Amino acid sequence: MPLTNVTGIARSDGDPRLISKGPSSLTGTDRLTRALGWFSVGLGLMEFLAPGPLARGVGLEGKRGLIRAYGARELASAIPTLSVDKSVGLAARLAGDMLDLNTLSTALKRSNPKRHNARIAVALVAGVTLLDFLAYRAVKAAHRRKGSSVHDYSERSGLPRGAPASLGLARNESATPSAHQPTAAMGGASPSPRAQS
Amino acid sequence: MKALVWHGKEDIRYDTVSDPQIEDARDAIIKVTSCAICGSDLHLFHNLVPAMLPGDIMGHETMGEVVEVGSAAGATLRPGDRVVIPFTIQCGECEQCRRGNFSVCERSNRKGELGDKVFGHRTAGLFGYTHLTGGYPGGQAEYLRVPFADTTHIKVPDGIDDEKLLFLSDILPTGWQAAAQAEIEPGDTVAIWGCGPVGQMAIRAAVLMGAQQVIAIDRLPERLSMAAAAGAITVDFERESVLDRLNELTGGRGPHKCIDAVGTESHVSLGQPDTLYDRAKQMVMLETDRPHVLREMIYACRPAGVISIIGVYLGLVDKIPLGQAMNKGLTFRMAQAHVPRWTDDLLRRIEDGQIDPSFVITHKVNLAQGPEMYTKFRDKADGCIKVMLKP
Repeated sequence: MPLTNVTGIARSDGDPRLISKGPSSLTGTDRLTRALGWFSVGLGLMEFLAPGPLARGVGLEGKRGLIRAYGARELASAIPTLSVDKSVGLAARLAGDMLDLNTLSTALKRSNPKRHNARIAVALVAGVTLLDFLAYRAVKAAHRRKGSSVHDYSERSGLPRGAPASLGLARNESATPSAHQPTAAMGGASPSPRAQS
Repeated sequence: MKALVWHGKEDIRYDTVSDPQIEDARDAIIKVTSCAICGSDLHLFHNLVPAMLPGDIMGHETMGEVVEVGSAAGATLRPGDRVVIPFTIQCGECEQCRRGNFSVCERSNRKGELGDKVFGHRTAGLFGYTHLTGGYPGGQAEYLRVPFADTTHIKVPDGIDDEKLLFLSDILPTGWQAAAQAEIEPGDTVAIWGCGPVGQMAIRAAVLMGAQQVIAIDRLPERLSMAAAAGAITVDFERESVLDRLNELTGGRGPHKCIDAVGTESHVSLGQPDTLYDRAKQMVMLETDRPHVLREMIYACRPAGVISIIGVYLGLVDKIPLGQAMNKGLTFRMAQAHVPRWTDDLLRRIEDGQIDPSFVITHKVNLAQGPEMYTKFRDKADGCIKVMLKP
């Protein structure tokens, strides 16, 4: 809420105040996806800003540029993951996980003295990949339209006289307001002139 | 009391909050008997509308019984009165209210300075919406404080169900205004994009106003079936070309009148590539709206036709073909609904059996189920078109 922060707007004194929180529309999957999105932001910033220590840590010194590019990719995938289009972000994250695993697999050679660190990194990425997959599957299932659940509302005309008999009922009635003309709809109220605070 | 409260993106909670109090002589408190979730509530649910605060109470489609009245509101309201509350708050005295332009009332937005800065000039206060429009607590709650209550109410008679009256608060006059500002004439072909609740009301309004041919455009079979029930010709934009169908139905000349009942959140799909572009820009805050429908309407509309915009737009749109619009001589009409301008007439039509707005209700549940219904309504799951909530 940047605008609210900048302008300092606040709730008015007389407005109802929160006493206790109740059940939320956010599901467990929503919360997991949100956590994965923020994880992308953190990892992406680290990879983008400090690729050197990460590369040295797993014995991929020659791949700083690639790790920085992966950082940019993480940040890009965080945007849809944190949006309402979660499935797009999670799919991007899964694709990124595959790239990460592929790159880390090159660090598992016996000749790499940091092979042990690379193994740990592979295990971590595999764990996150599993979470990404579970979240992706749950999000897709939650938003999927089931073919058998199509509802037919063809009896709901909302026109009690039927559509053909209703055609033009509102034409040429003097009581019908125009889009340009005000009406006397406010009645005879004579309100006090004080504005609300 | 219990209320549905905004806490952030996709986070609506059924919370316990303090009861509202009379704050001004023109206030009233109503005990809510029925309320509903509006399509524009989804813009808040998706956090697309700026200036919301965690703790804001949702809801702007509300009716109930007056339980307390301020001293200056007593001339028109008494405890026990049955009222529908318009989603716009109006003072009834300013120049705009006197002209019938109630949704741009000059005095009801209590944070008007903010509205002046963002919109150029303030608009009316709204219930359960952004602090740009006053930040008034909304009506998805057990009780509601109604500011300027002496003029911000529609008295309704006993003996008619809430289901038939509730939508005088918003979607019925909103759909009606969409058709009225399109200036429908006999013989007109009217194309309506979006068969959500407002689109459904606009279809009925167009029929009652005498449109010769009403074309309803959507992709959801349940919504299209509801549109067809009122005699509309339906176009499923995922299965057929909207432009080809409109030309086919109008001898290649396009509809005389086009109504946008979609607004800012056009459906995103590969079949509408511009929506992918808009969604990407929206995610990185380079654009606030996805105006696919607006672009398509300008292209489809018959020269010298009317474009009526009633779907809510939020701020900045991109790639609008204004050159086409200008050279085709299109007229643009748009506004948030000036609710009381229409409600006397619409109440009479309900009483007269010309229209029964309850047709649109697909889900009627307890207020406690509100959080899950937001998700269901957003996902269009279980045939959900309109949710009515009972506190």
